[in-house]
Amino acid sequence: MSVARFWRKQVQRYNLVGTHCKSCDEYFYPPRNMCPTCRRNGKIESYKFNGDGEVISFTVIRTAAVGFEHQTPYILAIVQLKEGPKLTTQISCGIDEIYLGMKVKPVFRKLGDGGEKGMIYYGTKFIAAE
Amino acid sequence: MKTGIVSYGAYIPKYRIKVEEIARVWGDDAESLSKGLKVDEKSVPDIDEDAATIAVESARSAIARCNIDPTRIGAVYTGSESHPYAVKPTSTIVAEAIGATPQLTAADFEFACKAGTAAVQACMGLAASKQIDLGLAIGSDVSQGAPGDALEYTAAAGGVSMLIGTNPDEIIANIEDTYSFTTDTPDFWRREGMPYPEHGGRFTGEPGYFKHVTGAAEGLMSKLNTTPKDYDYAVFHQPNGKFPSRVAKMLGFTTEQILPGLVVPKLGNTYSGSCLMGIAATLDQAKPGDCIFATAFGSGAGADAFSFEVTENIEKSRNKVATIEEMLQNPTYIDYSIYAKHKDKLRRA
Repeated sequence: MSVARFWRKQVQRYNLVGTHCKSCDEYFYPPRNMCPTCRRNGKIESYKFNGDGEVISFTVIRTAAVGFEHQTPYILAIVQLKEGPKLTTQISCGIDEIYLGMKVKPVFRKLGDGGEKGMIYYGTKFIAAE
Repeated sequence: MKTGIVSYGAYIPKYRIKVEEIARVWGDDAESLSKGLKVDEKSVPDIDEDAATIAVESARSAIARCNIDPTRIGAVYTGSESHPYAVKPTSTIVAEAIGATPQLTAADFEFACKAGTAAVQACMGLAASKQIDLGLAIGSDVSQGAPGDALEYTAAAGGVSMLIGTNPDEIIANIEDTYSFTTDTPDFWRREGMPYPEHGGRFTGEPGYFKHVTGAAEGLMSKLNTTPKDYDYAVFHQPNGKFPSRVAKMLGFTTEQILPGLVVPKLGNTYSGSCLMGIAATLDQAKPGDCIFATAFGSGAGADAFSFEVTENIEKSRNKVATIEEMLQNPTYIDYSIYAKHKDKLRRA
């Protein structure tokens, strides 16, 4: 990923900043500039999620993409935030500890890097809430 | 104008390795090491944790404890000897991740194990002179010990954030005064580009730790006209369990005064976070009116002494975030091979 591409989405990745349509009360993460339901009548505002959510699907990665080999086995999951949006994320826990419906909360972690000389990419992962 | 701690927060990774496991690999006498160092185990960062992520987690904890608006923070200073970048501040990452940007100043500090308290002093100055409303001082490290080196038994991971301000209605502990003692003493160093620090062995003791800690501690007590009996608690930099216990005795403090803040036996040395972690653990237990004496030490070498008086406001900050004692409970123990992977001591083909 290019430095500029990551930087543009940095704030939303660090702090789970998405958007909310005041017209239909739908929440979006990643943020949408236009509400797909209300279209022109939508009233979009910035919204910071506190990150409370639930695991609704997960898989265990054992053959990882380049740059993630040292993390295997790790968990990639779909987390549904309490406001509704679903996001794909890593869950930082043992592969025998995760289950569907697990309550999770966000943590600030390294997401990856551009090699020894490259930039370090930080952002949000999730851990068990209790 | 008087300054004080408005809030504090800490973060300790969940992984631990026992001294006996490290000793098993290097063929050392675990019992003698544990007894000599007075350290049983140390914290280990997760594979995706570094000084920046730990700093962010501790800062978020400090903000959550007292429900502080992060845009009030006018300075973020992060002290560490394991900043993830050689050039590019950790403090900007923290400031962005807590929502304090862009109207603030930020910089990284480095002074071995006392960079965190140096950051506290800088925030005190800016807050007292009304240049800023609140200052965020952080000590955070994923400290390095070369495989087989004596430091490997104690070099741990963790961080503490302190919000420094001047509003008496918010301050949970007044900083009565601070006093520093600094000389050019090469007891411990790491050259540019080198992965692990070097140290002067026993030279780190008398001319390093003990001379500077006693110099700063005696200097502050003389300045304030206080004695160890005037304090309910005392915290000294904890590279191991032996040094703070010995220096406390040398200065006239009792075991009972240092025990609440002596976290090193189950945590290890969190370097820039070490003394601040002891202060945080003490604040977790302290009552309004209690007085706390603290002295941080950084190789190179210098010591920063502080005198705190806990205020009534501390009761409002209770039970909002996990205590140090709670963070030390239920760790996940790992063996040396997993530890080596977490600490990037092993390189894949």
